[in-house]
Amino acid sequence: MPEPLLAIEDLHIAVEDKPIVRGLSLLIHAGEVHAIMGPNGSGKSTLANALMGHPRYTITSGSVRYKGEEVIHWPPDERARAGMFLAFQYPTDVPGVSMINFLRRAASARRGSEIPVREFRQQLGAVLEQLHIDEQFVRRYVNDGFSGGEKKRAEILQLGLLQPELAIMDETDSGLDIDALRIVAQGINATRRDSNATLLITHYQRMLNYVTPDFVHVLAAGRIVVSGDATLAHRLEAEGYDPILSEATEGAPA
Amino acid sequence: MPAAIKPDVQKPDIKKEAYEYGFHDKAAAAVKLPKGLNPDVVNTISDLKSEPAWMRELRLRALQYFEQRPMPEWGGDVGAIDFNDIHYFVRASDERDEENWDDVPEYIKNTYDKLGIPEAEKKGLLAGVGAQYDSEVVYHNIRKDLEAKGVVFLSTDQALQDHEDLVREHFSTIIPPNDNKFAALNTAVWSGGSFIWVPEGVKVDIPLQAYFRINSEDMGQFERTLIIAEPGAEVHYVEGCTAPIYSSDSLHSAVVEIIAKKGANVRYTTIQNWSNNVYNLVTKRAAAYEGAVMTWIDGNLGSKLTMKYPAVYLMEPGAHGEVLSVAFAGQGQHQDAGAKMVHGAPHTSSIITSKSLAIDGGRTSYRGLVKVYEGAAGCRSNVRCDALMLDDQSRSDTYPYMEIDENRVDIGHEATVSKVGEEKLFYLMSRGLTESEATKMIVNGFVEPIIKELPMEYAVELNRLVELQMDGAIG
Repeated sequence: MPEPLLAIEDLHIAVEDKPIVRGLSLLIHAGEVHAIMGPNGSGKSTLANALMGHPRYTITSGSVRYKGEEVIHWPPDERARAGMFLAFQYPTDVPGVSMINFLRRAASARRGSEIPVREFRQQLGAVLEQLHIDEQFVRRYVNDGFSGGEKKRAEILQLGLLQPELAIMDETDSGLDIDALRIVAQGINATRRDSNATLLITHYQRMLNYVTPDFVHVLAAGRIVVSGDATLAHRLEAEGYDPILSEATEGAPA
Repeated sequence: MPAAIKPDVQKPDIKKEAYEYGFHDKAAAAVKLPKGLNPDVVNTISDLKSEPAWMRELRLRALQYFEQRPMPEWGGDVGAIDFNDIHYFVRASDERDEENWDDVPEYIKNTYDKLGIPEAEKKGLLAGVGAQYDSEVVYHNIRKDLEAKGVVFLSTDQALQDHEDLVREHFSTIIPPNDNKFAALNTAVWSGGSFIWVPEGVKVDIPLQAYFRINSEDMGQFERTLIIAEPGAEVHYVEGCTAPIYSSDSLHSAVVEIIAKKGANVRYTTIQNWSNNVYNLVTKRAAAYEGAVMTWIDGNLGSKLTMKYPAVYLMEPGAHGEVLSVAFAGQGQHQDAGAKMVHGAPHTSSIITSKSLAIDGGRTSYRGLVKVYEGAAGCRSNVRCDALMLDDQSRSDTYPYMEIDENRVDIGHEATVSKVGEEKLFYLMSRGLTESEATKMIVNGFVEPIIKELPMEYAVELNRLVELQMDGAIG
């Protein structure tokens, strides 16, 4: 087995001194799609934000190694330039900054040098076409006045443009109607490569109808309580979280 | 000439200032009156300019008002101004600029370098004139075009010589000499500034810029600008310079009066960036008549303290006033800026948009007044002021005054004070932007509503300047 792209080991995360994630371990290899599912409050979003280095989430112990390097002390921008990406559950707006300006700066940061205008336009044009996004979209201010669906599309647009090696998708499916969901899923599928990996964080399994994960993990109270393949997601859909969680807890030492 | 005052050179002949030598005319005489203010100083200024008697009398009357009025106790702290320690009249020569270059603070020289201003122009900036040495040809063409349309665009001093009646009819009618202490001071010692008269129905389709008005007169610290747009006329005046203007004297007190007659459209854009020792206390006011549109676009960077509240008096139905302002306060600076809209007639409308940025312990205040007189039914006014603070040491306050004496009006007000949000920073950083890049992007976005109203070259420069100032503060 080659070195994992991401190795999380016994990770503990606190928000304002309150422990949320409590001993989470996970290995993700290049080429894999992992789904983390769990009820509200299980720590899903905390994990996503902490992996990207959000300053409000404190890693109290454990380690996160990305391509073999410990990243828990890296600022978010360093992680991004190294190829990590977070698609936000609630992307914030940046009024007055056009999408196109923002995207170009992000693309330049990712590449490590100023991207020439022509090359950028070509890349952007290709991604817009693939996602059926009108060119006028990128003239607007970043997420400013966007509908829920538009915000998610903007996240997928960034995913497509920046070509990260590790994409963390934080409830990208929530608040989307079925058409938007299909387009978003298509965007995720289009970026799937042997060389990159995706961590899908979701409450519902409906996204997984469009993006088939290699592994499904169920998160409860800050720990992964059960892992399986795509069939686990279908069981969750059919039975809900309760039976699976109680099975898992019964099997665990008290 | 009064005995007490002895200017160290003979009286210059204004008419003699031909363009033969352009700005480089080393023959221009330098004059510097001794520090301090009294009737002799005022008389000497009037003598030096060969002014008509009525202007001299107006100056002397204004001096009395100035002396009688107490210092304002609101707004910023003006207590440290020593009126006896100021030269009230300085006419620069190129030599003075050369000599003074060594005295210019290092930070200003560095900013010039970063802005890529050529050596020759840097020195011109010291005189307070946006130095555009190469623009004489352009200037002459514009001038010919304007003359054909009957537009007058001169320094106010020159206008007083060439168009005395026009000046006399309008001068001090919008801002009377006793309006406030600093307007009184300006009226007593004013020098330089622009005079624009646009005849009825004439639309000036390019912005008139102060630096096209080439003359050897210092823009000075007490400049006086008067713009008159006759019915149906249109004009956009652009003044200022984004590079810091170094002034060894610490008080700048200008007066700008604008008259937009029936159906006229006047836009006045100013960007000022004084060095950090300057008190910038400016009175700007416009009167807008039936269906006229008056817009102030006002950018304030630099200075120790700025107090500036561009006003529009909406005199007749259908008049519309607008103020868009952006202020930036860094270390040791206080920007007390805002706007004043006075609805004196029914069916008038106004919009105030104010954006302020405070960084590195700087302080910004929004101070605005919307006044609606009784009987001015059907007025609409919308005020929006947003303040952004870049750190915990900075400060921002909002003083929105509303005096509404009429019920049938539609008045809206919205104010926000915020910090550069952790969420916004995290979002941009999660896309690979460094903290400093992300902060600049957020700030540029914040001021964008004002920037997009500026002529292109100013917009680019202002963006760059804001970034430069932030570099100083956030490293």
